Amino acid sequence: MIEVVDQLWVNLKRMIVDHTPDQFRPLTSILLSIVPIVAVFPGLFALTTLLERKGLGRIQNRYGPNRVGWFGILQPLADGIKMLTKEDIVPRAADSVVHFLAPLVLLVAVLLSFSVLPYGRNMVPIDLDAGLLFFFAVGASTELAVFMAGWSSRNKYSLLGAMRAIAQMISYEVPLVLSAIPVVMLTGTLSVATIVSAQAQFSHGFANWNFFTPWGFAGGILFLIAATAESNRTPFDIPEAESEIIAGYLTEYSGFKYALFFLGEYLGLFALSALGVTLFLGGWSAPFQFLDWFPSWGWFFLKLLGLIFLFIWLRGTLPRLRADQLLRFSWKFMLPLCLINLVTAAVWHYSAQWALSAPFWIRLSIRLLVCLSIIIIPYLLLGTKLNPHVNKRTYRYAA
Amino acid sequence: MTSPLGHYLVVSAALFAIGLAGALIRRNAILVLIGIELMLNAANLNFIAFWRYGKNAEALSGIMFVVFSIAVAAAEAAVGLALIIAIYRHYKTTRVDELTNLKG
Amino acid sequence: MAGVTIGSAIAAMSLRNIVHCALLLTITFSGLAVLYLQLNAQFVAFAQILVYVGAVAILIVFAILLTRGSERTPDASQKKRGLGWGLLVALGTFGVICKAILSSRLLSPNAETAPSAPVKLIGRQLMENYVLPLEIVALLLTAALVGAAVIALQERRRPE
Repeated sequence: MIEVVDQLWVNLKRMIVDHTPDQFRPLTSILLSIVPIVAVFPGLFALTTLLERKGLGRIQNRYGPNRVGWFGILQPLADGIKMLTKEDIVPRAADSVVHFLAPLVLLVAVLLSFSVLPYGRNMVPIDLDAGLLFFFAVGASTELAVFMAGWSSRNKYSLLGAMRAIAQMISYEVPLVLSAIPVVMLTGTLSVATIVSAQAQFSHGFANWNFFTPWGFAGGILFLIAATAESNRTPFDIPEAESEIIAGYLTEYSGFKYALFFLGEYLGLFALSALGVTLFLGGWSAPFQFLDWFPSWGWFFLKLLGLIFLFIWLRGTLPRLRADQLLRFSWKFMLPLCLINLVTAAVWHYSAQWALSAPFWIRLSIRLLVCLSIIIIPYLLLGTKLNPHVNKRTYRYAA
Repeated sequence: MTSPLGHYLVVSAALFAIGLAGALIRRNAILVLIGIELMLNAANLNFIAFWRYGKNAEALSGIMFVVFSIAVAAAEAAVGLALIIAIYRHYKTTRVDELTNLKG
Repeated sequence: MAGVTIGSAIAAMSLRNIVHCALLLTITFSGLAVLYLQLNAQFVAFAQILVYVGAVAILIVFAILLTRGSERTPDASQKKRGLGWGLLVALGTFGVICKAILSSRLLSPNAETAPSAPVKLIGRQLMENYVLPLEIVALLLTAALVGAAVIALQERRRPE
């Protein structure tokens, strides 16, 4: 029974493909893999816009939208109608072909990256041998769409906004990829399905997730920080914040194209969260062995929703970083920490073979202590060294 | 019609010729660099085609060469573009036929 | 697919607007990645997208923006230098290479089964047989990084 629910979608797809005539089989198989992704994730996007506004509202001690529908549940529908019926203004001096293609390139790149994520047991749309590399390669192409948007508007402010956005995105590519490297190193493969199944084994009833190891913990946090920067969310919000240079590279976009950009950006967030879940939080596996009955795709979406909630929480809580603070953070703080994390991962791996004559728990805690100190001591040292040492702000209130 | 290997080699030769034409004709230094990148890519395609259709594919020498070639080409593009930016800052032009300081 | 690649390469080299040239170059690189996928070299295809489309194309675009090539109106008064000779040389090269290809003996043995290049094997080769080139390329990349940063750095104003 558990198996039936767990493999529900896989069996459904196999049944439908078996009943189609031979020459349509590849086409049907491809369509059946793609259509659920294209249907589910924009639906999740609509839900997330609502959740975000209500979540932010609650953090800021107010209600979010609650007029449309019961508790504001129809608000995404109202937003969609508004975006679709707005007039699509294209500036006369703008380069219309590039202006038109920019949101499409962004969407195509982001949707391509959804095809290598494991949504459940045996539920990867395509199990590439170099799946992780494909994900990062396609993610790097989103920056080109940002540039196309900024340049084609023939607006010097959009161009400046686009260049700042690209500078931010390329400088956080490096910690993003480097924090995923220890996972690849210790699992020995770039294939995403294998990474998850390596984490799906249970030892002592406690799952083998990468997040529960020192290098996985640090790597996961670094990955999440780099993911917020890659998808331009607060606190790395400069390209799209309301108080920045008009609206950055999105200035000359209105109506449906703006909605496409918005969709592309949130889908990028989902893709990166899903990758974080896959690499560090164990993908579709349950945390404890006795919770194994819940279907694997259910666990995946629960963890994905948890990460999305974390991103909304960060957005409501943290202030925005300035552009130079952001770049300094990436190159001077995160990059050395990612490299040290690699060393920690290596020490963790080889320390499993230390021949100590001690019971298991003492050995485990010695390993934990050594690896944690390797990563935490440079973190503290770098933090104190890079502190700008400004005086604490004093406030003078009107009496 | 020629074999698939011949097909890929002709495509690679065409890309090389296009890159060469661009590098010789265009006046903007950045376009010359684009032509050079095209030529490098054409050579990479050649290597992969020979790896796929040739003998001894288990040694992966074609793939290894291309991996290193991509890395070196990226480094060379970075340095070349830095040079172009520095020259622009000094001479305020990117046209290669106006950079005649060392001539004659 | 090869037609798309060659077409966008021709357009990349012959357009007036330099930013359009850069974008068409990106299309050429992606077309080449698809050709690598057809040749069953997955790792190389994704590395090509990651490095060329994700980094080199953005570098070129930044350089175009920083040297303001797009604002300059293309002056149609001067002919492109040596248009005829350049085309002649390029066509001659193409002709020579094609003749060499089409009359070659190498075309006859045709491996029908595609060789597989799993990433694990590539990694193993990098660490065993090709470790010296790997280290040298690492040094080269570091030198290129530092060199490019130094060259493009703004000169500090000397106190006059």
